[in-house]
Amino acid sequence: MLKILKYSFFDLIRSRWSYVYFAFYLLLGFVLLFLNNDLSKAIITLMNVIIMLVPLIGTIFGVMYFYNSKEFTELLLAQPLKRTSIFVGQYLGVALSLALSLVLGLGIPFVLYGLFTSAIIWNFTLLLITGVFLTFIFTALAFNIALSNENKIKGFGYAILLWLFLAVIYDGIFLISLIIFQDYPLDKLSLGMSMLNPIDLSRILILLKLDISALLGYTGAIFKKFFGSNFGVIISFLMLSIWVILPILRIVFKSKKKDF
Amino acid sequence: MIEVRDLHKKFAKNRVLQGVELSIPKGGIFAVLGPNGSGKTTLIKSILGMVIPNKGTIEVFEQNIKNNAAYRNQINYLPQIANFPSNLKVKELIRMIKDLRKDSADEKELIALFKLEPFLNKKLGNLSGGTKQKVNLVLTFMFDSPLIILDEPTTGLDPIALLHLKELINKEKNKGKTIMITSHIMSFVEDVSDEIVFLLEGVIYFKGTIQALKEKTQQKDFEHAIATILTDNHA
Repeated sequence: MLKILKYSFFDLIRSRWSYVYFAFYLLLGFVLLFLNNDLSKAIITLMNVIIMLVPLIGTIFGVMYFYNSKEFTELLLAQPLKRTSIFVGQYLGVALSLALSLVLGLGIPFVLYGLFTSAIIWNFTLLLITGVFLTFIFTALAFNIALSNENKIKGFGYAILLWLFLAVIYDGIFLISLIIFQDYPLDKLSLGMSMLNPIDLSRILILLKLDISALLGYTGAIFKKFFGSNFGVIISFLMLSIWVILPILRIVFKSKKKDF
Repeated sequence: MIEVRDLHKKFAKNRVLQGVELSIPKGGIFAVLGPNGSGKTTLIKSILGMVIPNKGTIEVFEQNIKNNAAYRNQINYLPQIANFPSNLKVKELIRMIKDLRKDSADEKELIALFKLEPFLNKKLGNLSGGTKQKVNLVLTFMFDSPLIILDEPTTGLDPIALLHLKELINKEKNKGKTIMITSHIMSFVEDVSDEIVFLLEGVIYFKGTIQALKEKTQQKDFEHAIATILTDNHA
């Protein structure tokens, strides 16, 4: 598995798109930090970008890589390698190279800005950790979609729909349900619903660390109480890990039954 | 060496293999023939574990191949369409496959034979179809394995490369290896193979020497013998 990981990883970090992705974050990091005096505002802007963009890029890259490396996969399948190691190796190669672009792209400007001396380092680290989690989650979901769909166009379609659902539509349904049931106590429901969507979960985790939760009113206070505690943070990271592990298990399961 | 029993495979509603029984002994060249879509590649891919059968068992080197990957270490496989990761250089691809197989390989002689030296530093995406097929052949023949499976090895090859390929196949055969070939070029099959396996509508229709096939169909040459099988069965 490590060998497949190595080859996929090096294949990807040599590709143009990894550089574009890396350069984008680098530029974003520099622009936000050096044209903006307020560090925590920079982090919020970054958060908004990361929350939307990381899942989108993870999904698209994952699907694209899977379909494009069909030949490579077939070549590997004829070698004495287990299917699990081929697919999990490729997945880790994609996810790691994307995560690397993200961490380096944002990390370099922040380090140059003098981040280590600033108190905001923890918020920034949290931002990067959730970004890495989102990369792993959405790449795994993309691999699942690609494994189940022979047809590229369909695969891309489903992948985009998945992203759209989790990034936009889910929030819509969430809000509507809050309005419809506003006469009932909703703190448990909203806590549960945000736990079930990795994008929402990441957003709330970061927002609450930034001390702007006062803007969120009563529910914000409940969220603050939950996510502010160690227990809440552990549960949140546990949820994010489950979001990574379940799709990987399905990759293993599906890949064993697929014909090539 | 290869034992296939009651092999069934369908893709969606298309029943490709319908109870294939095949036994390939050690040593010799076996040609798998059949019209387009008769299941040649599916059979080969099942033996390699790339296609998962719906029913039936396959044993290679006396081991059941289900959930087994290690047996492929003793198989050299030439895929039908030479598709490689396009941003890899030829040299890197050869090194990678060697690294993955952990076998000792002898690629230098083959590279010289197919005159691939000028292409070693080129990316695979920029090679012509025939050159890709030559790289494919180098990758297949560079390991010393007892079983060699070639799916349409002649595709895109020029006459000189074709001659080299025939020599290579005969050389491997003389080492006592088992070679399975599929091809639509009947003259090539007639030249190299010891025995043929004829697949028709998902079952083995005929297995034996070319001579036996000619007698069975009462035809003098091989190409007509094959044509007779096809017309008789479609009439």
